[in-house]
Amino acid sequence: MAADGSLAVSAASGTGRASSLERFARRRSTIAFLMTLPLLVVVIGLVGYPAAYGIYLSTLNRRMTGFMEGDWLPTGLGNFEILFDSDTFWMVVWQSCIFAISAVLLKALIGFWLAHMLHHIPTKGQRKWRGMLLVPWVIPPALSTLGWWWMFDPSYSSINWILNIFAVPAVPWLGEPWWARASVIIVNVWYGAPFFMIMYLAALKSVPEQLYEAAAIDGATSWQRLRYVTLPMMANIISITVLFSLIVTFANYDIVRVLTNGGPRDLTHVFASYAFQVGILSSNIPRGAAVSLFMFPILAVCAFFVLRGVTRRNKEQM
Amino acid sequence: MSATTASRDVPGIYHKAGSLRSERRWAMWWAYVSLIVAAIIFLAPPFYMLLTSFKTNAEIADHSLNPWWIRAPTIEHYAAILSNPIFIRFFINSVIVTGCVVVLTMVISVLAAFALARMRFWGSQVLATGVFLTYLVPDTLLFIPLYQIVGGLGLLNSIWGLVLVYPTLTVPFCTWIMIGYFASIPKELDEAALIDGANWMQMLMKIFVPVAMPGIIAATIFAFTVSWAAFVYPTAFVTTAEQMPLTIGVVSQLVRGDTFAWGQIMAGALMAALPPVIIYAFLMDYYIAGLTAGATKG
Repeated sequence: MAADGSLAVSAASGTGRASSLERFARRRSTIAFLMTLPLLVVVIGLVGYPAAYGIYLSTLNRRMTGFMEGDWLPTGLGNFEILFDSDTFWMVVWQSCIFAISAVLLKALIGFWLAHMLHHIPTKGQRKWRGMLLVPWVIPPALSTLGWWWMFDPSYSSINWILNIFAVPAVPWLGEPWWARASVIIVNVWYGAPFFMIMYLAALKSVPEQLYEAAAIDGATSWQRLRYVTLPMMANIISITVLFSLIVTFANYDIVRVLTNGGPRDLTHVFASYAFQVGILSSNIPRGAAVSLFMFPILAVCAFFVLRGVTRRNKEQM
Repeated sequence: MSATTASRDVPGIYHKAGSLRSERRWAMWWAYVSLIVAAIIFLAPPFYMLLTSFKTNAEIADHSLNPWWIRAPTIEHYAAILSNPIFIRFFINSVIVTGCVVVLTMVISVLAAFALARMRFWGSQVLATGVFLTYLVPDTLLFIPLYQIVGGLGLLNSIWGLVLVYPTLTVPFCTWIMIGYFASIPKELDEAALIDGANWMQMLMKIFVPVAMPGIIAATIFAFTVSWAAFVYPTAFVTTAEQMPLTIGVVSQLVRGDTFAWGQIMAGALMAALPPVIIYAFLMDYYIAGLTAGATKG
């Protein structure tokens, strides 16, 4: 491990001085350790330790004095038991899944479509369009959601005003459960689609032009070019982007908080907003920790499959 | 013989080229139509916010008017928000928190990325993978245990608690992209530096930092935008208005009561969103490089 790069240098600087070489290597790893120490503090102290502490917290009772009272399991799974019995919690699970899957799917499709369209137009104009289309991603989502909230306002909705022009009846955006769910998804797609677009555009630009020429000579239709050249070449970026977006969307908090705050009747809560409501606002910290811990296995499974696919494809390419 | 085949093929080629060109033109037309539609939808909410922020309260409240137009522009909402001491307080808090976090993040991640990219040591590979996995841990998974930890340190309701926890949002990704940038620097450069007798610190400061400047700028922009826009942690950890940064300040303090001051809310939200937008407008290429670096290098 120590024998890379520096070995040649040290060997050139002094042959036969094994002890100084050793010292050099030792010093180097000491320096390297010192340099990574702050990172280790952040990773272990602010991510690893809180994660473990969260697991511990989730086993406590409300007053955090010990395990749940009347807990028949020795391990203190009472919070999970209560959650499993609660209809609201299952609603949250469903809502989170519906929200994350549909939003990511829409973002991926819209982003892919826009990236293709951007790739088609002359390079000169691409910069300008790209700059405009990335604006939703640049504005902090909590603030742009305020704008959406105002656009969804029951009595002043400017979207309903436009719909009225086309004789479409006013939509109760945030008042009716399914519309409220749709609104949250719409805002999330609006915010996240530009990110997909920019990622796909970068991927599209990295596909060598020769592949398309070869495909064209073989008489491939545009659909075949997309299916057999573009998609395989982009598979890694697509899956990493989808993974990243799935995690961020699944764990989303700000849009739900600003737009509906979980309402109407707790029907638009996702894991994060429900954990916040239970843990911080109702100050039942252990149960809140239990709620947010539920995200972990779901995200870990997604991450595992996506990253396995990525490493396998990387190996195939090598 | 070859001449005859060639001449026979010529009309066919012309025909094909012609249809290809018209196909191209249609594709181009179609591309512009979809881009224009997308741009209208993507820019409508910020545009509407801007419009509202310039309207008088009477105009906002008037149902009979076209909400997408403005009759009597006014800057009263901006004047009101800028003379509101609490909004200025939010702004200062945001600047302090973001500034500290950006500096901390860049120091931590540049040092660590240099060590991980160049100085292979025991466990460096594991740590690099660990950094990537940490980046995948969302903030909403950790905010409740962190709430307890920050509370235990007595840093709830304080911007310093935010300075402490924001690095979990920024450091993993910045380290990750800096590893990518540093790894792309040719090994010959550091060998040359070592032969000239440079130590590791000199090598980092005199060679790696200048050469990887685009990456450092991209990572700095990322750290800035993320800590400026952070919402979960301040919402959870700060409840006193004096210590709030802008995002939660605007959302929780300007939005209160039954009659919303929409003009002021929109003016506040737009002003709060301005710094990242300005940075984006001037450093778009770095911004995008930072966004895409994670995936293309990963």
